[in-house]
Amino acid sequence: MTAHPAGPAPSFGAFVTASAAAGRLVVQPRMGFGDPRAMRDGLARTRAATAHTAGTLTVDSYTRVGDLAGARAAVADGTRLNGYPIAAHAPATTRAVLDGLHGAGFPVQVRHGSARPEPIVRALLAAGLDATEGGPVSYCLPYGRTPLRDSVAAWVRACALLAEGARPGSTPHLESFGGCLLGQLCPPGLLVATSLLECLFFVRYGLRSVSLSYAQQTHPGQDEEALRALGRLAAEFLPADVERHVVLYTYMGVYPHTERGALRLLEDSARLAVRAGAGRLIVKTAAEAHRIPTVDENVRALETAAAAAALEEAPGPDDGADSEVYLEARALVEAVLDLHPDLARALPDAFARGLLDVPFCLHPDNPGRSLGFIDPAGRLRWARTGAMPLRPDAAADTAPLTADGLLTALWHVAGSYDGRRAPAGEPPDGPAPGGGHDHSSATPLTV
Amino acid sequence: MKILLSGTASDSHTWNLVYLRLFLEELGYEVVGLGPCVDAELLADACRRHAPDAVVLSSVNGHGYRDGLAAVRRLRAEPALAALPVVLGGKLGVAGHRQDDDVARLLDAGCDAVLGDDLAALRGFLAVRARTEVPA
Repeated sequence: MTAHPAGPAPSFGAFVTASAAAGRLVVQPRMGFGDPRAMRDGLARTRAATAHTAGTLTVDSYTRVGDLAGARAAVADGTRLNGYPIAAHAPATTRAVLDGLHGAGFPVQVRHGSARPEPIVRALLAAGLDATEGGPVSYCLPYGRTPLRDSVAAWVRACALLAEGARPGSTPHLESFGGCLLGQLCPPGLLVATSLLECLFFVRYGLRSVSLSYAQQTHPGQDEEALRALGRLAAEFLPADVERHVVLYTYMGVYPHTERGALRLLEDSARLAVRAGAGRLIVKTAAEAHRIPTVDENVRALETAAAAAALEEAPGPDDGADSEVYLEARALVEAVLDLHPDLARALPDAFARGLLDVPFCLHPDNPGRSLGFIDPAGRLRWARTGAMPLRPDAAADTAPLTADGLLTALWHVAGSYDGRRAPAGEPPDGPAPGGGHDHSSATPLTV
Repeated sequence: MKILLSGTASDSHTWNLVYLRLFLEELGYEVVGLGPCVDAELLADACRRHAPDAVVLSSVNGHGYRDGLAAVRRLRAEPALAALPVVLGGKLGVAGHRQDDDVARLLDAGCDAVLGDDLAALRGFLAVRARTEVPA
């Protein structure tokens, strides 16, 4: 059990910063239920877990795509939703869900996946919440066809709503999902750059407390470089008085199928977070390869991660060397900032010119000329960089990517943790942004 | 032979589409990929514009029946697209097992085949169309 001091003005960012100063990693689940009682139970059990936790309220996919009528109809006819329809329930209902749980010792973040988040931001503010996540790029390109410029305009308005709408005395918090994007097979330099650029965008539009995300990839050393690069670039580019922390996501791609493999991957992510100075970890459960996890499974994952984190040494000082990830990310960030100081203009321009180019992303506004690969040491590198200010890796295999090659790459991490390779000819479970956002990879990759 | 590959209206998954594009190209087909979240209207527009020889719809988010039915009905409502071969693959519903009634309704609506995740069946379906294709 963790002590939960009561207090009137819980602030998500301050909670994580204070925890980090005390040497405690904040662990957080992915969790959303349509039924308010189930949602409250999930939050209560997250709070009661033997771990230093933050709560999550993930919205359903109707709300995510802006179909509020659909969300209300589902609530009215009792349809089971894949998340909490925060804009369909009355603010009083959500306040009752949070009452006595949400507080200074237990902040709650709303997670959604929406390219047009204003209704969600209004609803969370009305319920007394002030922490959420996403971003104009990271919640647009991987999640459908909303034009990037429309997403940017919507996020400008959402940032202003959040920055100005919170209760007096509280500091609204916004996390960039830019370090996750499609979840896998994106070299870390671009993930780090996107996360930093989105946080700069948030600050430009009024936020004073942000977090920079990164999803665990294929190589622990490279992941550590990426997390340290995020912290360093944040210090270099964000105003000094903006509160910030780094959040790590346990691997988001095809997950190990064995209980043991899944557990080891989760524990490795917790150790990585501590070792590289991240303040918060979004966990994943062993069940996730097959289906949406239960609250029990989520609590087990939180406690497992917390136990692994507690045994890891605190991070050593950064040696100050410019890692490959740092240099790549910095080149991308500077190229984008050179286009225009206002990121609401620079970000769409950067994609239009190909200065940013997300591998495997099919969005119409993504250039689609870049390609990543996993090198023999297990690091993610660039096979093609399109018009980005980066060089492709000299060691890149010049053979074109094949369907089998893609499967092998998608299965790389799962296979190494399960102690086996991708089964020949069998399509993998798809790492799956969207659909059930935050419940990624439960869906088979099929025809 | 030109194949139009598309996700369905409510489905934002893309790794399935990335994989299928490579799979189809390796079989020698020309592939036009529309990406995710393609509603019936956009699909019909793309069919008119690209004049494909077959349409492959892939749905994995559990709304394949509903979204697939709307897509097939929209295509069949248009005389120019009434005979275009259309195959739907992936998951029809959230239950995870094949629903025979749903398959029957999709076939009634004019879907030429409903294939689940059987890549060999997709290869066979397209091979038959490729053989019967009238040379341009």
